[in-house]
Amino acid sequence: MMRDETVKLRLDPAGEATERPISIAIVAMGGQGGGVLTGWIVKLAEAAGWVAQSTSVPGVAQRTGATIYYVEMMQPSGGRLPILAQMPTPGDVDVVLASEFIEAGRSILRGIVTPDRTTLIASSHRSLAIAEKSAPGEGIADDSAVTEAIGITARRSIIFDMNALATAHGSVISSAMFGALAAADVLPFPVDAYHAVIKGEGKGGSASIKAFDAAFARTEGKTDEADADPAPAEQATPLRRPIPPRIAGLLDCLQTVMPPQVQPMARAGLAKVIDFQDVAYGSLYLTKLEEILRLDVELAGESKDFALTFNAAKYLANAMAYDDVIRVADLKTRSTRLQRIGKEIGLGPGQLFETTEYMHPRMEELVGLAPARLGRWLRRQDRLYAWLDRRISKGRRVRTYSPGWFLVLYTMAGLRRFRRASLRHAEEAAHRDAWLTLATKLAPHNYALGVEVVKCQRLIKGYSDTHARGLSKFDRAMSEIRRLAHRDDAADWARRLRETAVRDGEGGDFDGLIQTIRSVA
Amino acid sequence: MAERSFAKEVEHLRLGDGETFKGEAILAITKGLLQAGVSYVGGYQGSPISHLMDVLSDAQDILGELGVNFQSSASEATAAAMLSASVMYPLRGAVAWKSTVGTNVASDALANLASGGVTGGAMVIIGEDYGEGSSIMQERTHAFAMKSQMWLLDPRPDHGRIVDLIQKGFELSEASNTPVMLEVRVRTCHMHGSFVCKDNVRPAFTLDDALNTPRRDLQRIVLPPAAYEHEQEKIHHRLPAAINFIREQGLNEFFGPEPGTNESKVGIILQGGMYNNVIRALQYLGLSDAYGDTKVPLYVLNVTYPLIDSEIEAFTRGKDAVLMVEEGQPEYLEQALNTILRRRDVATRIHGKDVLPMGGDYSVEALLNGFETFFEKADPRALGNRPPRPDARPVLALPPVERLKSVVPARPPGLCTGCPERPIFAAMKLVQEDLGDHHVSADIGCHLFSILPPFNIGTTTMGFGLGGASAAAFSRSSGKRSIAVMGDGGFWHNGLTSGIGNAVYNKHDGVFLIVDNFYSSATGGQDILSSRAPNKTRKTNNPIEKALRGVGATWIREVDHTYDVGKMKRVLTEALTTKDEGPKIIIASSECMLNKQRRVRPIEAKAVRDGKRVVKQRFGVDEDVCTGDHACIRLSGCPSLSVKHLDDPLRDDPVAAIDNSCVGCGNCGEVSEAAVLCPSFYRADIIHNPNWWDRFKARMALSLINFLQARRERGRFMLETI
Repeated sequence: MMRDETVKLRLDPAGEATERPISIAIVAMGGQGGGVLTGWIVKLAEAAGWVAQSTSVPGVAQRTGATIYYVEMMQPSGGRLPILAQMPTPGDVDVVLASEFIEAGRSILRGIVTPDRTTLIASSHRSLAIAEKSAPGEGIADDSAVTEAIGITARRSIIFDMNALATAHGSVISSAMFGALAAADVLPFPVDAYHAVIKGEGKGGSASIKAFDAAFARTEGKTDEADADPAPAEQATPLRRPIPPRIAGLLDCLQTVMPPQVQPMARAGLAKVIDFQDVAYGSLYLTKLEEILRLDVELAGESKDFALTFNAAKYLANAMAYDDVIRVADLKTRSTRLQRIGKEIGLGPGQLFETTEYMHPRMEELVGLAPARLGRWLRRQDRLYAWLDRRISKGRRVRTYSPGWFLVLYTMAGLRRFRRASLRHAEEAAHRDAWLTLATKLAPHNYALGVEVVKCQRLIKGYSDTHARGLSKFDRAMSEIRRLAHRDDAADWARRLRETAVRDGEGGDFDGLIQTIRSVA
Repeated sequence: MAERSFAKEVEHLRLGDGETFKGEAILAITKGLLQAGVSYVGGYQGSPISHLMDVLSDAQDILGELGVNFQSSASEATAAAMLSASVMYPLRGAVAWKSTVGTNVASDALANLASGGVTGGAMVIIGEDYGEGSSIMQERTHAFAMKSQMWLLDPRPDHGRIVDLIQKGFELSEASNTPVMLEVRVRTCHMHGSFVCKDNVRPAFTLDDALNTPRRDLQRIVLPPAAYEHEQEKIHHRLPAAINFIREQGLNEFFGPEPGTNESKVGIILQGGMYNNVIRALQYLGLSDAYGDTKVPLYVLNVTYPLIDSEIEAFTRGKDAVLMVEEGQPEYLEQALNTILRRRDVATRIHGKDVLPMGGDYSVEALLNGFETFFEKADPRALGNRPPRPDARPVLALPPVERLKSVVPARPPGLCTGCPERPIFAAMKLVQEDLGDHHVSADIGCHLFSILPPFNIGTTTMGFGLGGASAAAFSRSSGKRSIAVMGDGGFWHNGLTSGIGNAVYNKHDGVFLIVDNFYSSATGGQDILSSRAPNKTRKTNNPIEKALRGVGATWIREVDHTYDVGKMKRVLTEALTTKDEGPKIIIASSECMLNKQRRVRPIEAKAVRDGKRVVKQRFGVDEDVCTGDHACIRLSGCPSLSVKHLDDPLRDDPVAAIDNSCVGCGNCGEVSEAAVLCPSFYRADIIHNPNWWDRFKARMALSLINFLQARRERGRFMLETI
């Protein structure tokens, strides 16, 4: 007879399905007040006669790194005290409070947000990590991935900008998160108990209560307030003046000539170019863009959404509105700037402010301002040039709104009317023409490659060394593109060249890529 | 002045018999020491025991009333040597540090202390910085306890139990003439809980009694032949005395079914510190309830060294298998267990690291997995019908969660907003752009964050204060010089002799950079010898520069405002290129911003409230001037300097932006000036309660500015209007 082991196994649970404590994890960045929130939750539970235990790992994460606080709470039973765990167990956390949106994503990766248990309370604001900030160009993480993951991992989620809400009420994020926790109704304590905890803190209590109440109401869906400050943001509306006929003419022309897909970008481009120089310059922009559009039409660009013209509208404007001393002085002396800074620094009534600019002009910039022939001559006078550079090239602290310095900047900005005679302008114009010529030469053979060449203007930006480096990367990219233009996959290589050049030295290896290209092409 | 004020916590130290203490375990330990009647306490701050030092530092009054001498020791070696007061006198003393790093530093004194033995109770509070969140190498203090024969207490994470073991630990120390270690892990130190207090005890025999009636005994000094005798004493007298005490006092605990009521085939032996997580893991398996009523017999080692052979035999005999729960490696306890059972001829199988991870945290999850394997092997029926256990694995395998892995960026720790060390490393990065990369030996402290993005400076770190010493091999250079970084904390800990003294004596040609931020900042802003603030109970204001001259250094440059990036750059360049011989020493001094803000903010806020004229500074970025290259961020990494997207279709990249947390340290402006970056930064000086002159000046300037602006803007069309 066959032995049947299963019959002998006890099938009843080894123990009763025992009651577990409520577990709360707080994921935060060091120095963000996670400790304060943890303390409040512990007090809340203790005041109700529960046993609460919190743990944290202060170490180095305290200094702006990602860290985690953990609270467990449970009622004593017949004089017996619960034994509480010291760290969260994946799959067994009731509430996760995340004080920043990507940290909510990190908590999901830790496995502490699961569909059967977890209420996720997270602030939707972002505090960027160093890798996101320091990437040349775009490096910000795509937080839609976090939103998507929250959707499938959290039993329930409460997400809004708790930082903005707290700030708007003169408090810090922990108050808003405490409010959201109260409204989430996952802990068996009344709102008054939460209030009592905050009031027990004394200092800063009333602002905290306000932020708490606002977050509570927001979580319960009673208000939409929170994402912005309570008062509607004041729009700095410039005086509405009738558009002068010459500009109106250009706009009309743009509307009749440009295909609809291109129009918004072309309008923005036109505005930027006119703002940079004058209406005539805007007219030049439009003329150049029309030339490209004509080619685009010839090449049946419509089937490609006029990609060539669209990108030219964007990058031609950027190329024409280059960053020079005149532009910086112009931007720094505008009336809108005073208002904007006042708002940025939260200037209160009765307060005044002054600003100091950190400028480091060099001989290059000065020569750039000079009339083209004089500038070229100066460049050839090595000793004179070096002597002048020693006098000019140094850091200068410019007190923008002192009468003297303002006049200096104002005068510099006024040089705008001589700009087109300057050496810098001559060089920028030559660069622009060479670039567009190459793009329009390549486009008929390889439309995509032409578009890629147009996009390479992106490499040029910044001032001083940054600008010089960008220009050199652009030149090298162009010469490589010329070299491989005959290949079918040239556009793809051109795109890789550009993208690598943007990140060169910070995760991109431009030289390496060029060598690779040369070895295969 | 420490980072946190412990004025409130200090009051907890006064609680009397029957009152309930609520708070962090490390503060409960502090209270426990006073209840045990210590005469002296010392130690060196560091996570996770910094709060013990901080609260005692703020509790001078209470300590005075009790006649307790508290010192912030110069190093862990100093603290350990302090315990020598208990060698000849019936004085109880305790010292505390972060381990294993602190124990490494202290070992010389500890070994001597343990050899000669003690008369009064001597205790080391060990903050075991192991596992997630630790800032040091992953090792165990257990090895030190064994090699020097010091008893190692590892209490169950429960305030009452810990405090009780402090009392018992002193008694054990006295009963066996052996110093003891009380090990508390990171999470336990910072665990909130409660216990019922006893009155503080004023020691019967005081430090004065010892000084006024000094005693000596040649037999207690480590020198042959006494040293040989000590070893025999350890084996034949002290160890048996300790074992007796531990057994008689029941320091280790047994939980679970009463022997005989339930024939358990298996049992678990665990380090005391593992208890809470073990109970939770058993609960998930349906083998315990939340209150610790377990169906599996547990033998909890509140003392992990020495082991009590007889208790182990009694627990294991008759069982099929026993699981040893021992966090960290190597598996000393498991090995000892096997030896004990083999010698006593007990056939019970021992499991341990075969089912549990060899290294790393024994989290509930790790224990749960190990327990499952253990019960599968040893007693599958105990698992019954296997209630569902928490398991995040299916959730983690979902594609959108998988995708998150590539999205969520690392968030390494970094320098705080306005940190005075930021401009130092920005200057170093700029100098390296000119002179090429150099070998940089780093040290322990906030400045070690230089090894992370965005600075990426520093090759090795060999221990606190050893930044200078770890450049020793590179003392003779023919081309590029080595650079050694050291903080003021490390400098006074040992760097003055091990780094600078050594470099002077050996005619080291390299550069030594001392980062002086007025505090021991990384550990919580405690005062040190060169701190600038007056301190009632300590002598501060002893300049580093004088110490350097004292050991014979001659090439010394002081930068007393680190935010001057240009100057910092010039001084570094000079140090790297000068023809002068000997070590080139730079002292870069500016106050730790975290401490400065804590000091200055309330004063400023009060002045503003009182209507006094106050100028506050912060930085901003002109977003239309910024081109989105982020070179400034690669020279900063400041939390308040970030990036944002503009609502402009012509822009590809986000631009730099500074938020309201900016403290106006000046680094942004200095760096963009020194590195010739771009003119988009501005500093705003905000004048609160301006006086008539401010208002007059502003009015005059503004009327001119408004006139000029109106004039220009009449003649042209602004961007926004199209």
